[in-house]
Amino acid sequence: MPAVQETVEQVRAIDVDQYKYGFVTDVEMEVAPKGLNEDIVRLISAKKNEPEWMLEWRLDAFRRWQTMRDPQWARVDYPAIDFNDIHYYAAPKKNAAPKSLDEVDPAILDAYKKLGIPLREQEILAGVQTSKVAVDAVFDSVSVVTTFKEELAKAGVIFCSISEALREHPELVKKYIGSVVPVTDNYYATLNSAVFTDGSFVYIPKGVRCPMELSTYFRINEKNTGQFERTLIIAEEGSYVSYLEGCTAPQRDENQLHAAVVELIALDDAEIKYSTVQNWYPGDSEGKGGIYNFVTKRGDCRGKNSKISWTQVETGSSITWKYPSCILRGDGSRGEFYSIAVSNGRQQVDSGTKMIHLGKNTTSRIIAKGISAGRSNSTYRGLVSAHRKASNARNFTNCDSLLIGNKCGAHTVPYIESKNATAVFEHEATTSKISEEQMFYCMQRGLSAEEATALIVNGFVKDVLQQLPMEFAVEAQKLISISLEGSVG
Amino acid sequence: MLEIRNLHVQIEDKKILDGLTLTVNDGEVAAIMGPNGSGKSTLSYVIAGKPDYEVLDGEILLDGENILEMEADARAAAGVFLAFQYPLEIPGVATMTFLKAAMNAQRKARGEDELATADFMKRVRAGAEKLGIPQDMLKRGLNVGFSGGEKKRMEILQMALLEPRFCILDETDSGLDIDALKIVSEGVNALKSPDRAFLVITHYQRLLNYIVPDTVHVMAHGKIVKTGGKELALELEANGYADYKTLAA
Repeated sequence: MPAVQETVEQVRAIDVDQYKYGFVTDVEMEVAPKGLNEDIVRLISAKKNEPEWMLEWRLDAFRRWQTMRDPQWARVDYPAIDFNDIHYYAAPKKNAAPKSLDEVDPAILDAYKKLGIPLREQEILAGVQTSKVAVDAVFDSVSVVTTFKEELAKAGVIFCSISEALREHPELVKKYIGSVVPVTDNYYATLNSAVFTDGSFVYIPKGVRCPMELSTYFRINEKNTGQFERTLIIAEEGSYVSYLEGCTAPQRDENQLHAAVVELIALDDAEIKYSTVQNWYPGDSEGKGGIYNFVTKRGDCRGKNSKISWTQVETGSSITWKYPSCILRGDGSRGEFYSIAVSNGRQQVDSGTKMIHLGKNTTSRIIAKGISAGRSNSTYRGLVSAHRKASNARNFTNCDSLLIGNKCGAHTVPYIESKNATAVFEHEATTSKISEEQMFYCMQRGLSAEEATALIVNGFVKDVLQQLPMEFAVEAQKLISISLEGSVG
Repeated sequence: MLEIRNLHVQIEDKKILDGLTLTVNDGEVAAIMGPNGSGKSTLSYVIAGKPDYEVLDGEILLDGENILEMEADARAAAGVFLAFQYPLEIPGVATMTFLKAAMNAQRKARGEDELATADFMKRVRAGAEKLGIPQDMLKRGLNVGFSGGEKKRMEILQMALLEPRFCILDETDSGLDIDALKIVSEGVNALKSPDRAFLVITHYQRLLNYIVPDTVHVMAHGKIVKTGGKELALELEANGYADYKTLAA
C-alpha cells in the first residue's frame, strides 16, 4: 500500500485538532436575515427567479414542516436546534450569474484551489488531473460554476445547478423533483424542500454513457448558515453515470446545519453510481463545533434491470444522520450500498441504508464498515424489506465494526422484513478491535504504531474503497488515516 | 551479539522469568528447550518488546546496547526478528503490501532509502520460490486462511527479506509435517551467517536434527538450568524434563 507511508507522514504533520480544510474565505456575501418564515421562503425563491409552481411547492413544504417534529429515534445526542438562529441564504455578492470563470470572485476560486478542486477546464486539460472530471462548485447557498458543461451538452448530458435547471429545464425538474423523496418524507427533507438553495442537476439521455465523471463540491463558508442543497439525477433508459460529491467546511465553534436531499431516478437498464466523500468539519476533540449532517438520500430503480449504487466514505461532521437508500421498483433491479464511516473525537454517527424490494428478482448488497476511535459512537442502522410481490428478492448484508481504544462504541441495528416467502436475505455482522497481538506483530516487523494502525484499517475498509472511482480511492484512504490521527496510543 | 543479564519479568503479578542469564554469540545457533510453562515464549516476547510484560530487573543487550527501553519497532529496526509460534492474520492487507511496508519502515528507521518496487518484487519472488510459497499467496491477505505450515513458511520468508541480525524461532516446528519441517529448516539454514545469530525455541529434539545448534540451553522455572552442546538435546529427548523440573524448584 504505497499510500500508507504518505498517509502516516501527513498524519504526523498535523495536530489532532487540526482539520485541514478549516480555513475561512473572505468574500463579500449577501446574507438573508436569520430566521425561518414564509418571507424567507419567498425570498429564496425570488432570488432564484423560480417559476410560481416551485414557490407554491416550497410554501406547502414549509407549512407541513411547521406541523412536524424532529426525529428522536437515532442514537445521537444534541441540544435542540434553534431554527430561527440560522441564515437560510448566503451568496457571494459578485456571483450574480457569472458567465465565465473570470466573473467569479477570485477569492472563491482560490478557496477551491486550496481544496484541490480544479475549476479551470484548461488546467484540467493541461494534465493537472489524470482524467477529466466535471465539477459543479456550490459555495454556501449557490452554485458558483459548473465545468465542462459544453462538452457534456454535446453528448446530450445536462449538468448544471438545480437553480439553473429550474429556469432552463423546468419540465424535467417538475416531473421528477419530490418523486423519490416526497415533500412530507421526514422532518429534515421537508425543511429542505422549503428552503433548499442550490445543488446539482444531472440528466443523462436515453442510451448515453456519460463521457466523464461528474462531481459536486459543497463548501459551507459563511457563519451561522445552514446549507440545504438539493440534488436530482435522472438516468434515462440504458444510460450510465458516475457521480461524486465532496464536502468541507471551516472550523468554527458553533454547530452548523447541513440538511440535503438527493434523489436519483434510474429508468430501464440505466445505472447510477453515486459516491460521497464527506469531510465536513467534525468539531474538535472535545466535541465543540462541527456540522450536523442530516441528509436524506434515496434512489429509485424505477425501470426494469436498473441499478443504483451508493458508495460513501464518511469521516466528517459532528453528527451524521443519513441512510442512502434504494427503492427496487423495477423487476430485476439492483441496489448497492458500500460505506465506510470513520468516527473519532466526540463524533456521533447513525447511518446505514434501506433496500426496499418491490419488484420481482430484485437484488441488493450492503457492505458497511464502521471504524470508531476516541470517544465516538457509531451506529449502523439498516432496513431490508421485501414486499408481497417481490418474489425472489435477494439481499446480502455485511456489517463490520472496528474499534480502536476503549472509549468508543459501535452498534448495529438491522431491520429485516419479508412479506414474500421466496425472498432470501442474508445478514452478517462482526465487531472487532484492533488487537494488541496484531499491533505487536506489525511492530515486530518494524512498523510504528501509527503505520500498523493505518495498515490494519486500510485492510479493513478495502472492499469498500475498491468501489470508489480510482481517482478518489487514494484520497479517501488518506482521509481515513487523517481522521484517525491521535487515536493510537 | 545478545546478552541477557539477570532478567526478572512478571505479567499480571505472576513471575515468569526469574533471574535468567544467557549469552548468544555472533554466528551462533542457540537452542532453548524446556517443559511447558518454563517461560520460553515469554523470553522471546520480552526480547522482541511485547508490551504487557513488566521487567523488574536485569538487562538485554544487543551488541552492547540495552534494548529494554526501545519500542518493538525500534528493536526490529535494530535487527531483532521473532518468528511467531502463532502468526497473526491481517485481513485485507495483501502479504506483498505488508512485506513492503515492513521492509521500508525498517530501512527508513535505519536511514536507508526505500526499495525500488522492481527490486522489492524480485527479492520477494525469489524468496518465495525457495520456500515453495506460490505467488498467488502473496496477493492474499496476510496469513488469512493459510494453513499452519503456510504461516510458518511465511514467517521464514519475512525473516529472509528483513535480514535481521538476531532471529528468534518460537516453536517454529509446531504444526509442521516432516516435509514442511525440512523446507522451513532449509530456509533457516540458508540464512546462517557469521554476523547473524539464532535462538531456536522448541520442545522437541526433532527440529534440531535439521537446524543443528551450537549450544543447547535447558530452561525451567524462568531460568536457564543447564547448558551444553547439541548432544544435550538428545539426552533430553531420551530422559524427558523430569529431572529439571525438580532441579529448579
